[in-house]
Amino acid sequence: MYAYSEFDETFVRNRVAQFRSQVERRIDGSLTEDEFKPLRLMNGLYLQLHAYMLRVAVPYGTLNSRQMNQLAYIADKWDKGYGHFTTRQNIQFNWPKLRDVPEILEALADVEMHAIQTSGNCIRNVTADHFSGAAADEIEDPRPTAELLRQWSTDHPEFQFLPRKFKIAITGAPNDRAVTKAHDIGLRMVRNEAGEPGYEVIVGGGLGRTPMVGKTMREFLPKADLLPYLEAILRVYNLNGRRDNKYKARIKILVHETGTDEIRALIEEAFIEQKKFFQAPPAALVEGLEAAFAPPLFDNTQSLAFDHAQIENAAFRSFVETNVAEHKNPAYGIVSVSLKPVGGTPGDATSDQMRVLAELALKYGHDELRVSHEQNIILPHVRKADIPAVYAALKEAGLGTANIGLLSDIIACPGMDYCALATARSIPIAQEIAVRFDELKLEREIGPLKIKISGCINACGHHHVGHIGILGLDKAGVENYQITLGGDGTETATIGERTGPGFAAEDLIPAIEAIIQTYLDIREAEDETFLQAYRRVGVAPFKAAIYKDETNARAA
Amino acid sequence: MARNFVPQIITANDLFEGDVIYLKADGTWARDIAEAHIADSAEQVETMLKTAYGQQGSIVGAYAMKIEIDADGKPAPDHFREEFRTRGPSNYFHGKQADTKQIGA
Repeated sequence: MYAYSEFDETFVRNRVAQFRSQVERRIDGSLTEDEFKPLRLMNGLYLQLHAYMLRVAVPYGTLNSRQMNQLAYIADKWDKGYGHFTTRQNIQFNWPKLRDVPEILEALADVEMHAIQTSGNCIRNVTADHFSGAAADEIEDPRPTAELLRQWSTDHPEFQFLPRKFKIAITGAPNDRAVTKAHDIGLRMVRNEAGEPGYEVIVGGGLGRTPMVGKTMREFLPKADLLPYLEAILRVYNLNGRRDNKYKARIKILVHETGTDEIRALIEEAFIEQKKFFQAPPAALVEGLEAAFAPPLFDNTQSLAFDHAQIENAAFRSFVETNVAEHKNPAYGIVSVSLKPVGGTPGDATSDQMRVLAELALKYGHDELRVSHEQNIILPHVRKADIPAVYAALKEAGLGTANIGLLSDIIACPGMDYCALATARSIPIAQEIAVRFDELKLEREIGPLKIKISGCINACGHHHVGHIGILGLDKAGVENYQITLGGDGTETATIGERTGPGFAAEDLIPAIEAIIQTYLDIREAEDETFLQAYRRVGVAPFKAAIYKDETNARAA
Repeated sequence: MARNFVPQIITANDLFEGDVIYLKADGTWARDIAEAHIADSAEQVETMLKTAYGQQGSIVGAYAMKIEIDADGKPAPDHFREEFRTRGPSNYFHGKQADTKQIGA
């Protein structure tokens, strides 16, 4: 894993000291709230509905055990004993007190972590495939590039006041697990005809108020050209992006209004200029990053323990089916730890659970953990022979839920239980859906299904790319939920289609049940997934099922 | 009460804890909505907001919110968002609903 350079260390410590002084000045009255607010936001501190919220960056979703243990310590010492892992691969603490925040930031700096650029109109934390460096389908680990982007974008003087926030996602694999097409910039590693790895550069994707699938600007960009090309994109955006209307300020609107070919031409023109002056990062730095993310020394000892455990233990077999993915080393597996127990809050982990995860990573996982945008934790490198022991420990800690990729593996934003921007709650909806389908015992029969819930139009819960998406709104003073169907966040990215009028909370669960029942009725074979069936038949039969009794539907 | 005037109270968040607070008649703040002073005219709302804005050193984001008056004559939220603010999140017993000792403190 990457370790902070002296520069990083000094920079982060200085920012903590600055923020400590800013908090003191806010408290002694030297700073008004209007002056203080942008300063606290630059350090990840939001004021939410009931309390402050601190958003801590987890660069490209990668953590080691020491960092995870420190998050547990922070949760216990300054919060309420838990943390919330987010769809941006970050962690949020929901109850910090203003006076404690400088101490929390100091504790984060002790383990090379911070909350910088987790808010504001700058380049946010770069997200990456949570299976990076482990996945069998990967061309290369994208994290050396992700770390280079972190260093490049941190405090980049030209890009601190963009028209709006800017999110970059990166994957090294053809199967897109990082939703690259719904980011301001998505980078997908591809090979050119000569077999060299480079990046497909996708620009102008995004969810929120105006969901868009990103447009490919370059089919193949050599790795060496990445930074000047990204600077060209950012420069075109910085100069041409709309600042007159917050809702039209993201680069997706610029791309859409300008046209793909036109914007590509502008970028290429800026790129030629940029390249003239661009100073490539020193070779030693790039090599250092490659080395920092070099694969661990794998233990290739063959063992039958994994196969035996699956024969002997049906629960373990079931866990393996859903929660263990293929590793590039056949003696290893990638273990996804579900933070979605039935009835629980998606993405939440208690401090005890964090410590268990840290211990398992240290003992069995080459000291690596990942946060996924689907709000789960990944142990990317576990020897197959150790997976039975890992499973037993997870189960003991309430982390053994075998539901990755299934109906109850729901993404949900914090919604109006916490968020000041929300228009309705998300968490109770996720809980009710999971509980209801647990009663029906249909989850395995239904198969792969992604339900994603957002509590407002900003779409932190990625509802547009959910196979079933749910959007919570305030409909004349009552929580109301719109359904979209057929969304897809992978390499075949698609924005879901709205079914029609929304539903009151009590009518929503029956509507979801009707949608699932329709799918079970129309699928041509057991292995035709919900998304495949939807693509075959379209929205009509689902609409017919949920609006058959029009009196139940509330006009949207 | 002036005709057509919807009664209002002043709410904000505490600077230090972030907790939801309500302006009382004496110009100090309560954690419990029941203690909020009810403004019965637009002029009174203005006066109370001025009192609130004068306390920027300990509060954040003051605004007037419309309320209903319950059977006991106490203010009650007229929107679910404000109702959640009186209580805390629904997924855990945290926030105001748990910190009963703070209520009225």
